[in-house]
Amino acid sequence: MSVTAPPAAVSATPADDAPSSPRARARLEPVYLAMLLPAVVLFTIFITFPAVVGMFYSFTNYAGYGTWDFIGLVNYRAIFSDPRILGAYTFTIGFSLVTVLLVNAIALALAIALNAKIKLKAGLRSVFFLPMVISGIVIAYVFSYLFNTTIPLLAQSIGIEALSTSILANESLAWLGVVLVTTWQAVPGAMIIYLAGLLAIPDDIYEAASVDGAGAWRQFRSITLPLMAGYVVINTILGFKGFLNAYDIIVGLTNGGPGTSTFSIAMTIFTGFTSGDYAYQMANAVLFFIITVVLSLVQLQVIKRRGVTL
Amino acid sequence: MTAQTSTPQIPPVARDTAKKWWRRGGNDLDDTKYNWTLTIVLIVLSLAVLVPLYFTVTMALKTSAQAGTGTGLALPSPLTLSNFAEAWELTNFGRAALISAAISAVTVGGLILLASMAAFAIAQNWDRKLFRYSYFYLLAAMFIPFPVIALPQIKFMSIVGLSNPVGVAILHLLFGLSFNILLYSAFLRSVPTELMESAQIDGARTMQLFWRVVFPLLAPMNATVAIFAFLQSWNDFMMPSLIIANPQWQTIPVVQALFQSQFSANYNISFASYLMAMAPTVVAYLFAQRWVMSGVTQGAIKG
Repeated sequence: MSVTAPPAAVSATPADDAPSSPRARARLEPVYLAMLLPAVVLFTIFITFPAVVGMFYSFTNYAGYGTWDFIGLVNYRAIFSDPRILGAYTFTIGFSLVTVLLVNAIALALAIALNAKIKLKAGLRSVFFLPMVISGIVIAYVFSYLFNTTIPLLAQSIGIEALSTSILANESLAWLGVVLVTTWQAVPGAMIIYLAGLLAIPDDIYEAASVDGAGAWRQFRSITLPLMAGYVVINTILGFKGFLNAYDIIVGLTNGGPGTSTFSIAMTIFTGFTSGDYAYQMANAVLFFIITVVLSLVQLQVIKRRGVTL
Repeated sequence: MTAQTSTPQIPPVARDTAKKWWRRGGNDLDDTKYNWTLTIVLIVLSLAVLVPLYFTVTMALKTSAQAGTGTGLALPSPLTLSNFAEAWELTNFGRAALISAAISAVTVGGLILLASMAAFAIAQNWDRKLFRYSYFYLLAAMFIPFPVIALPQIKFMSIVGLSNPVGVAILHLLFGLSFNILLYSAFLRSVPTELMESAQIDGARTMQLFWRVVFPLLAPMNATVAIFAFLQSWNDFMMPSLIIANPQWQTIPVVQALFQSQFSANYNISFASYLMAMAPTVVAYLFAQRWVMSGVTQGAIKG
């Protein structure tokens, strides 16, 4: 990604750019610069600068304090034999994939249902949107009580052996708890985008289809699904990117445990702040950044091919 | 950007029967026939949302004796309100709420101002390289999630003396900038250039053009941007917990984590605290929900 802004002198000869536009020949009004520059300057100081500094340190053995030396790619090589970091990548990517599938399936189904001719439409929509407005860590604390106390007690009284102990205490099941709470919170956001998409489909397509004798399932498969494909792509991208950064809900639910079974990538990076392996975790962060960018570019290609604009 | 917009076009006739588009019926031709099966299924499913909230409310109203036993699903008896006072005092809720509110206010105000101005300047000067490249430069941040630059950023903020709520507000603002400049730019491109040009021929200076013509046009967009920015800023746990050095200046979500150890013995007090933490966004949402969807349908995302 090119991040260097061209010199301001470019504006002195704007006529080369678009000679057909009358505005292009006019002088640049300084007021436009005053409107643009605060954003660009603040952005450069607070985001670009730390990003560059951090990337620089990933090639050193800097502990977060004291002196440091260049060590080349040693940090990067070490990551690939670090079970804790590899475990975090496996958990985070696996959790994100499952959650993205679950969120999209539920959100699309709910959006279609909430767009149909139902009673209490406004009220039901309000209820299904609610999880979106609640803080992730707070709702995670609520769910941790439900998982740890309420569900095991209920399961014991009904006699379901599998649920009689907390799933959050089980190393191979705790990730499911994280998936459930994240899904609970992420469905409304995806649902809004699907509802917006459904509203853009003209009603007469469906009317024509039912005149032709197409049933509800046929209409869904041949009209709704193809027309919603672009929105599915958008929701997959936005969701996947968000879930890869999972932090708040995990802190409230399992805090990475039991053991390190739900330790996310973000959590491993943040350990670099206290554990004296700043440079090492910075290399981890750069790797994470590369993965994010590659995923985004792949997804943008898919979007382009589908002709969807974000 | 595709030429066709996805703004729902409601013909005047349809408006008589359905004043609000979100109440508009589905694809059924018969106006009186409701899908009752689906309604009942949705009501049952809404329990997935409502049960955790019911649980939070009832726990917050129980005595500590009742909260410590059973599944926690029973109704409170006897009912008590003293948990709220205790939770308020323990977590110093008033101060945390003020800090959260200040961070959200700066984020929302700054974001609307900076993003709309930058998007306007970019849209008006799209034929200049400086503005075009600045647009892509600012958009590139969507590829940089906070965890990637957290370590150097935490250090940088402490060096410049911003390991405090002001620093969090600045970061919330800047991390929201990319997406919102994208939103505003998409919207501004749908504004006819004739409108701008005629205003300028009438002698409006650029600043006047922005404040008198463009900013009012952006009003529905501003409302949507404000709601989402407020929700994100108010509910964020990651940034304040890492940036704000002094625990006394922490925001509401972080305070919930800080008091976990004191909470663990008194579930009724912890749930009273959770409920107070949720209340502001839930109330804000109930008042502003019409704007939540309008912005999305206004042309930000097109299929």
